[in-house]
Amino acid sequence: MGDMRNTTIVVAITLALATTAACGKKKVATGPQPPPVEEPAAVTPTPPPPAERVEDRTPVAQPLAEDGISNKSLDDLNRDSPLKPVFFPLDSAELDDSGRAIATANAAVLKKYTTWGVTIEGHCDERGTAEYNLALGERRAVAVKTYLSSLGVSADRIRTVSYGKEFPFDMGHSEDAWAKNRRGHFVITSK
Amino acid sequence: MSRKEILWRLTSIAVALAGVVAAPALTKAARQGQQPSAISTVISSDSAGTPPRYAVPDFVALTPDASDVAKTLGQVLWDDLNFEREFYMIPRDTYTSIPVARAPEQIAFDRWRELGADAVVFGTVQRTGNEVRVQVRLFSVRSRASVFAKEYSGSANNPRLYAHTVSDEIHDQQRGLKGVARTKLAWISDRDGVRLGDTVENRQVKEVYYGDYDGANQRRVTVGRRLNLNPSWSPDARALAYTTFRPNPDIFVSLIYQGVLQNPTKGVGTNYLPVFSPDGKQIAFMSGRDGNPEIYAMNVDGSNLRRLTNHPAGDSSPTWSPSGLQIAFTSDRTGKAQIYLMNSADGSGVSRLTVNESEADRPTWSPAPFNEIAYSASTGRYDIKVLEVSTGNVRQLTFGEGTNESPAWAPGGRHLAFTSTRAAGGRTQIFTIGRDGRGLRQITRDGNNQTPAWSN
Repeated sequence: MGDMRNTTIVVAITLALATTAACGKKKVATGPQPPPVEEPAAVTPTPPPPAERVEDRTPVAQPLAEDGISNKSLDDLNRDSPLKPVFFPLDSAELDDSGRAIATANAAVLKKYTTWGVTIEGHCDERGTAEYNLALGERRAVAVKTYLSSLGVSADRIRTVSYGKEFPFDMGHSEDAWAKNRRGHFVITSK
Repeated sequence: MSRKEILWRLTSIAVALAGVVAAPALTKAARQGQQPSAISTVISSDSAGTPPRYAVPDFVALTPDASDVAKTLGQVLWDDLNFEREFYMIPRDTYTSIPVARAPEQIAFDRWRELGADAVVFGTVQRTGNEVRVQVRLFSVRSRASVFAKEYSGSANNPRLYAHTVSDEIHDQQRGLKGVARTKLAWISDRDGVRLGDTVENRQVKEVYYGDYDGANQRRVTVGRRLNLNPSWSPDARALAYTTFRPNPDIFVSLIYQGVLQNPTKGVGTNYLPVFSPDGKQIAFMSGRDGNPEIYAMNVDGSNLRRLTNHPAGDSSPTWSPSGLQIAFTSDRTGKAQIYLMNSADGSGVSRLTVNESEADRPTWSPAPFNEIAYSASTGRYDIKVLEVSTGNVRQLTFGEGTNESPAWAPGGRHLAFTSTRAAGGRTQIFTIGRDGRGLRQITRDGNNQTPAWSN
């Protein structure tokens, strides 16, 4: 009996740590039964307080929430997405170093959640014409898709669309705003 | 021409329409009746080289309930004639001192002469229920002769259309040109303020709208609460092609008077920027279906699909030449967007058209008789320029008031519509302008409106 309790605790702690590490700054939702895992900052594997609380209870074997991502709705997932936008230089559809780093991290997430389907939206800042930006956004989206495919994410899971300059994320007219609007934006469409 | 002759002429061309017809209609006999038959049918100015001076007073209401229609007709006809800039239109507020004529024989020709008028319009409106009967005569002030006399009848639902019809027929008879008063503009608008569903981002629905060339009678075409872009008119002005994001961007053809929606690209790949060929049988468009934005053409039903460009750069914004044998398009194959030309049959014969622009996009080939391509040129922001294809000469129509994009030619090539942010409030609106850069008019005011297309 005592052994069983200890095992449960160890499993819970291990999972909690693994999840925290894997998800970076993702907030992890509470599962049905076991301990609420706190905040992103816990990247440093420090004292897992949940252990004590579990000790107070009668241990019952229940499935653990895998990581707090799988059971989110698509809207919730996209609102605070584990897939980060890939930003582009002005009038360019080529991934730069930071773009490749972000795309690589996104590829890792997609390889973990193999059932997810995503749409990569190509967006542009307001400085080009509406029509030209449709072509540029298309090339941006395709460039991100191509890079993900090269990292082993199946192309079947990725759709692309260009929104040109129709849907800016930042409505401003500054360099900062434009930089935010030149992106390959990930939307999780199925899971 | 005596009064008796006028009456005879009117009677001979009068059309009594059976039933309610939305548009003013004319019989073949009526059209034939207006063939220039005498040397004096064209009214000219006193002094050579200046346009004839026209006056259009209020139409006369022959029945009390026709007064609203009568007022509308006079103002709209004056506006229509003014738009084409073929005549000098004497301002209507200067007519007040001239006695109102209730019948042609009461027209105070001497007084119109004093005002400098060469031509004066006399019109009447009679209303019976929702039916109107409109008679219009154009008099030469010098000869006091009627050179144009017609009757129109039909529904009172859209009185502006009678004025538009008269304007087009006067331009045809007096100037031998096809007026645009009965043409339509189409564009996209976010005026409904509806948030796009299925996304956590704050995005507005953009629907396809159309309205009269002067901005009256604006109507929504699409109802799907989605993003729609880049409408293009079929040559018969009965269909609009555009891209709808469902959310995959795909080309739809809406037969707007029949309520029929077709989908020639059938969801294959991403499809944007459709444009009808001049014969209405084909649509050229941009697609990413083969992994890169390229130009394709297909029959309107989606058959006979062919790829016209093959270049790792982006190729976009196709536009057909008036003959349909060539397509101009945008490509950034040199690093920056420029305008190129190719044969529409197979994409062969590619040559670059713009050579002195840092960036150029959205070419739009004018209809005959002009052989010109309008485009958006980078000038810090964007301005509308026109390139004469045969000479390569370029002229600029807008000069840095806001950013100006997406030019679209009127039929006949004498005017363009375009998108501009010049209006107060910084919103994007549709404007029209003459091919010489004069005569600017704002067409839309509600929400943001962009990417106009001008119907035949």
